[in-house]
Amino acid sequence: MTQPTPAARAADPILELRDAAKSYGAVRALRDGTLALRPGEVRALVGENGAGKSTLVKLLAGVIRLDGGTMLVDGEPVDFHSPTAARDAGIAVIYQEPTLFPDLSVAENVVMGRHPRGALGRIDRGAVRRQVQELLDRLGVKLAAERPVRGLSIADQQIVEIAKALSFDARVLIMDEPTAALSGPEVERLFGVVRALRERGAAVLFISHRLAEVFAICETVTVMRDGQVVHDTRTADISADELVRRMVGRELGALFPKEQAGVGAEVLRVHRLTREGVFTDVSFAVRAGEIVALAGLVGAGRSEVARAIFGIDRPDAGHVEVGGVRLPRGRPSAAMRAGIGFVPEDRRQQGLVMDLSVQRNVTMTRLRELARGGLLRASAERRLAREWAERLQLKYHRLEDPVGFLSGGNQQKVVLAKWLATEPSLLIVDEPTRGIDVGTKAEVHRLLSELAGRGVAILMVSSELPEVLGMADRVLVMHEGRLTGELSRAEADEERVMRAATGQVEAAA
Amino acid sequence: MSTAATPAPTPAAGVRARRMVDLALRVRELGIIGALALLILVTAVIEPRFVHADSLRNLALNAAIFAILAVGQTLVLITRNVDLSVGSVLGLTAYMSGELLSKHPGTSILVVVALAMLMGAACGLLNGVLVTFGRVPALVVTLGTLYVFRGLAFLWTNGSQINAETLPDGFLNIGTGSFLGIPTMALIALVVVLVVGQVLRDYRPGRELYAIGSNPDAARLAGVRSDRRVCTAFVVSGALAGLGGMLFTARFGTVDATAGTGYELTVVSAAVVGGVAIFGGVGSVYGAALGAVLLGTITSALIVLKVDSFWQQAAVGALLLLAIAFDRLVGLRLDAALRQRSSRRA
Repeated sequence: MTQPTPAARAADPILELRDAAKSYGAVRALRDGTLALRPGEVRALVGENGAGKSTLVKLLAGVIRLDGGTMLVDGEPVDFHSPTAARDAGIAVIYQEPTLFPDLSVAENVVMGRHPRGALGRIDRGAVRRQVQELLDRLGVKLAAERPVRGLSIADQQIVEIAKALSFDARVLIMDEPTAALSGPEVERLFGVVRALRERGAAVLFISHRLAEVFAICETVTVMRDGQVVHDTRTADISADELVRRMVGRELGALFPKEQAGVGAEVLRVHRLTREGVFTDVSFAVRAGEIVALAGLVGAGRSEVARAIFGIDRPDAGHVEVGGVRLPRGRPSAAMRAGIGFVPEDRRQQGLVMDLSVQRNVTMTRLRELARGGLLRASAERRLAREWAERLQLKYHRLEDPVGFLSGGNQQKVVLAKWLATEPSLLIVDEPTRGIDVGTKAEVHRLLSELAGRGVAILMVSSELPEVLGMADRVLVMHEGRLTGELSRAEADEERVMRAATGQVEAAA
Repeated sequence: MSTAATPAPTPAAGVRARRMVDLALRVRELGIIGALALLILVTAVIEPRFVHADSLRNLALNAAIFAILAVGQTLVLITRNVDLSVGSVLGLTAYMSGELLSKHPGTSILVVVALAMLMGAACGLLNGVLVTFGRVPALVVTLGTLYVFRGLAFLWTNGSQINAETLPDGFLNIGTGSFLGIPTMALIALVVVLVVGQVLRDYRPGRELYAIGSNPDAARLAGVRSDRRVCTAFVVSGALAGLGGMLFTARFGTVDATAGTGYELTVVSAAVVGGVAIFGGVGSVYGAALGAVLLGTITSALIVLKVDSFWQQAAVGALLLLAIAFDRLVGLRLDAALRQRSSRRA
């Protein structure tokens, strides 16, 4: 390092990341991660879903370790082997969903493991309450130290986490989408706390999808895209439009061909569907032969809408019609009978029974038809499974092997086969290509396109913009539980979708 | 976003939720005392002999061993685990105490207490190590050791039995004697309850047990050494079961390999009736001990009232369901309050 000038030394970073790299297997989640946090700085970290923000946060929090590059605290290289190590270095992370002890008091949550003690190691309860109340008062919040955490709002729980960080004398606060679950006044209060922290010389890394907030509270901003830090600037020097462009600015390949198909009659109609606190007043329709993508950022409520349509979650208001017939609320079996297939987001947990064989997983939705007199006919099961394995070009060793033996892409094909075997008129796919390799991804896309060509209506929830733009005939965009945009294939481009997804435009449709 | 309508309900809901929790926690122990008083009163009105000194003494003596075991069980339950082996540990240590004293009648009682607790602690250590380092669910581990320890007791006794005549009087006096009119055994139980209660309330290891049961991940992030703490909870539970075994022998004098069979269920029931959550993080040893007294009193009352033994079991079961339903209700009410608040923001 060259000799710094006195002025620069005053602002030497507390925490610095240089050329950080992290891979999960063959997937490079982060490379060239460079970031510096100086005392009194509030820095925003923005980027699309999967841009590598979470990986970066986990590195700083000591949850995962670097594969390459260096991390420095006060200019000294460090290697956090655990969250406790990061904490001891003065780094505190406030997650969107705080990790607290619901059964214990606010005060105990703050001091757990470090209770102030009096004679003979007895906990000094008075001191606990005093210390924590003082912290809370310093944060300028009305919260009683002795009340239990159970029943606190997310906003108040975050305040408890911040108080905890202060009690550690944390100098770096990382806030991972802290405002996602907060109301307007609660956000204002949080910002007040953040400003107070800044005055005290702490550095704050603020991760948010809400660009308005980024401009309101942050002086500097780091933009990530595809696992890389691509831009680092002062918020005063960049416009919101420019920021969005930096976030998405990627060439759209011709990887996702959707064949043109004749759009037929309306298959699905969703009418003013609402689930309190999750999504509100969602209405749209999907026609036969059409692929409709539900785009938006993580937590916008897309998967929840899909689950409510299929009847896994019960909506509080509104209804769903399939082929003009209203579905009863909260009954997946009725949805299946009406011809809906549902490929869930998390195939390991919800889509497959990992210990069962490939063939049993494929035929699971058809067991009733395959049975005679209540007994499953092995030959029929086998025939059906083999037929679908061939149609989807499934790569397997034996049909009797547990489905867990297959690769991620092939597992996803099994889930698809399972639902295609029911010959659905509407297929809901939630993140159909998450975590699968490029080759299989293209096959899944080809398959979806082919299905649409044969007149199946497809509702696709996807966080990958190229996939959305390449596959969809129509793009619906959600932001914080509401539909904020509807774009035709011709209208849809990355910027428009991102703008709607970050709430930059209100209900363009 | 309709932020304009938001501010008012927030503090009100917070205060209400807090009051509910305060009430639920305080009412829990008061409620048991109330139920106990009512039970004794009603039974006494129907059958006045129930409140004779002798009868009350018996009540205290019966409840003492269960209360001690329930205290140990509470420590384990608070960490989101369970110890089903306590009945078998009690059987094993009861026989050990009797065997030792009938072979060497001169042995100091303090030595017997120490050995019984040590043996129980060793059993608890085995449970704790299997649960924490073996990563096997406590339900499975302690169900296994329940049979293993009982099996060991059968092997050791080889069908024989220890009789009161072979035991020294000084030892048997623990079971029958009293101090200032209070049965010695009840005093011992009281000391155990108070000591463990203090540790749970005012010492770091105690508070960390609650943290572990309330949110294991958060406990780890807070730097709590969970494995060690959980292991200790099992060791203490075992040691207290050992103490219980020694007291069992002192009280009944007659011990064979079946001593304490089925106690584990009574003990878990006592803790749950006393407000200790089976999901961990909630409860006190005071509640658990009171639960043991309540269960013991119900059984005695029904016997005194000459109620069919089937109904005795059903009454215990009903009480258990009532306690669980109560806890669940409080939990649901709180969750509902929380969800209402968050949806109002949307």
